[in-house]
Amino acid sequence: MAHKNTIKNSANRRNFLKLGLMSSITAVAGTSLVSNFALEEEKKTTGEKVRLLTPDGKIVEVEASNINKYPEAHITPAESRKGIPNRKFVMVIDLAKCKNARSCVESCQKAHDLDYNEEFIKIQLIQNNEESLPYWFPKPCFHCDEPPCVTVCPTGATFKRDDNIVLVDNERCIGCKFCVTSCPYSARIFNWGHKDKFENTNQPYSPETGIPATEGTIMKCDFCPDLLRQGKLPYCAKACPMGVIYFGDKNEDIVTNGEETVRFSELINDRGGYRHLEHLGTKPNVYYLPAVNRQFPLERGFNIDEDIIERYKNVPYVQDLKKRGKI
Amino acid sequence: MDIEQRKRELVKEFSPMLRKTTTISKIWIGFLIAVIAVGFYALILQFTKGHIVTGMRDNVVWGIYIINFIFFVCLSYSGAFIAGILHFFKTPWKNSVSRIVEITTVLSIIIGPIFILLCIGRLDRLHYLFLYPRIQSPITWDIIAILTDLIGCFLYLYLTFIPDFSILRDNSDDAPKWRKKLYSILSFGYQDTTSQRERLNKITRIMSTMIIAMAIVTYSVLAWIFSLTVQPGWNSTIFAPYFIIAGLYSGVSVIIVAMYLIRKYYHLNHYIRKVHFVGAGIILLVISLLFGYFTFTEYFSRWFSHKTHDIELLETLFNRYFWEFIFANYIGVLVPIGILFFKKFRTIKSITFAAVIAILGLWFNRYLIVVPTLETPYIPIQDTRPEFIHYSSTWIEWALSFTGIAAFILFFMLIMKLVPIIPISGIIDQERKSKKIKPKIIL
Repeated sequence: MAHKNTIKNSANRRNFLKLGLMSSITAVAGTSLVSNFALEEEKKTTGEKVRLLTPDGKIVEVEASNINKYPEAHITPAESRKGIPNRKFVMVIDLAKCKNARSCVESCQKAHDLDYNEEFIKIQLIQNNEESLPYWFPKPCFHCDEPPCVTVCPTGATFKRDDNIVLVDNERCIGCKFCVTSCPYSARIFNWGHKDKFENTNQPYSPETGIPATEGTIMKCDFCPDLLRQGKLPYCAKACPMGVIYFGDKNEDIVTNGEETVRFSELINDRGGYRHLEHLGTKPNVYYLPAVNRQFPLERGFNIDEDIIERYKNVPYVQDLKKRGKI
Repeated sequence: MDIEQRKRELVKEFSPMLRKTTTISKIWIGFLIAVIAVGFYALILQFTKGHIVTGMRDNVVWGIYIINFIFFVCLSYSGAFIAGILHFFKTPWKNSVSRIVEITTVLSIIIGPIFILLCIGRLDRLHYLFLYPRIQSPITWDIIAILTDLIGCFLYLYLTFIPDFSILRDNSDDAPKWRKKLYSILSFGYQDTTSQRERLNKITRIMSTMIIAMAIVTYSVLAWIFSLTVQPGWNSTIFAPYFIIAGLYSGVSVIIVAMYLIRKYYHLNHYIRKVHFVGAGIILLVISLLFGYFTFTEYFSRWFSHKTHDIELLETLFNRYFWEFIFANYIGVLVPIGILFFKKFRTIKSITFAAVIAILGLWFNRYLIVVPTLETPYIPIQDTRPEFIHYSSTWIEWALSFTGIAAFILFFMLIMKLVPIIPISGIIDQERKSKKIKPKIIL
């Protein structure tokens, strides 16, 4: 996690990073213990043991060879249901800084092996009322505390974890699409047909990475828990050149966009943070800072593919711009 | 004339219907099988290529499959409701229509759920519904409700078949061996003794009330699949009763159409008479008034309170779906009311015409509930792919929809080959009650 600025209460941030590291170690230990049973016949133990500290203060002893075997812990579907201990992940999106650079979208697509039109985070052009100027509105999954998608899922393929993340296990999903119809934020994508990338066997499937995707199942933004376990920011937050996306832990009251680290509560209180469509009662964990004192004129956002500009053709403001020949 | 002789006579009367297949019905069966074959090909395409072959995409994830699903399940529900009521209140003229109603009920509860299976992306994982069930999901409720309803309706249908199976077993001396054997197995040792008859009557009566209750539960749960979400256009408190009325509306209409066709092609003018059409027509009139009232209330309150997202939905309905809206909610309600309201218009043909309009109108009404709502989500669709913005069904979806209808008609015809469409036992019962040996009018 790159950070240039520090804040006064730096102990808290150190804590955030430390816990992040430790939880990834737990995961490593957890997997290796499980796979020890499964892969016994081909595993030769060296006998060397390493002691590790778990987040809940216990010391565990694991095979040293196992740790080396899992540079990046593979989290099985069953393990992915638990969540990272003592975390309440939260995202804050500063609408004043967004200029539709689409780095978040592209970085996310690359990391999650998504096609051109498959976007876990979408950039919408939203206009609050007739008088106000539209603004760019990056929209990931809101990882609600009252997620309608989880309530309606008949098999538990989509689930809410203790660390606030809502994940999809595409090995459990039967593809009934009820979650899509119940999500008021259109956050979900269905795999309608077969694609070659589904046969990618470079890494075993984990709900935490969502790779490989599977035909006939759902996928969506996952807050990149694989990166969180390593103490890193999600791809979208890391990629944004404007520092629009802050990510952090509500328990520690800290969010960071990679450049500045701030208290979550102060950011929300001082800047008038809100949640989109609050009245629906879904209690999202993605907060927005209103598009006041914008850093970029709206038109800067139209400096992109013609095909993507076409998306916004129904917004009255865009029609007006087109009429005046500005885009 | 004693009862045994009368039974023989009736079996003789109905046996051509059971055993002989006319050229017209052979052509019909061939045609239906052809439709089903095309549907089967479409099904294979959908299985091998995935749901990409349908018109459904990320915004409109449910298309005409789910509309057909609602349609058939509501047919079954209303069939059960009507069958239960007819039986429970011992309606005097029920005998001629009760079997049509019961067969409709069972067939549509078998065909309806097949459409929901077509919506499921991973049919190979269907057993996960039972391996990892989650009781708070309305889909789980739906599965429980439909399975219960299916078993209940099937039992009820079978109970009403038993006396006829026993009559056919005792009176088909010249029938082929397999038929005799089948009847003797299916009649379950029923000998039509007084105690057996009383017991069977009691069970049938209990079942008739149970299937009414089950039907209401099943259809309410189905409505909740929509109304328990937060989507504008779905999140409505009146959806469960609205769906129940809508179900009755299409159910009574389908029964009227079935009565008309059966009467015409099997020459049963003597049994299915104008009084049945007028009776069913008046029921349809009452339900169409109720249905129109519910529809009006639903849209009127959305329009009057004009919340942003409701208005967006209504704008979609009145622009993109203008003619569908007019057809479903104006023509589909007002034309049947207009025909059925005036006594002089109540002829067999016009009542059947009103029923056909009601069926089509209701199907479009369901379409307008499902598709436009999904096309106007809370966060506006900003996409460049036309198929992701608007839903248009593909030939695969239509082929499978017509397969459902064809299968319904085909199975109906096959069941009519097994048991007489007018219950013989019912005729006997009535004659026994009225002490007539050979009545002239059989209602």
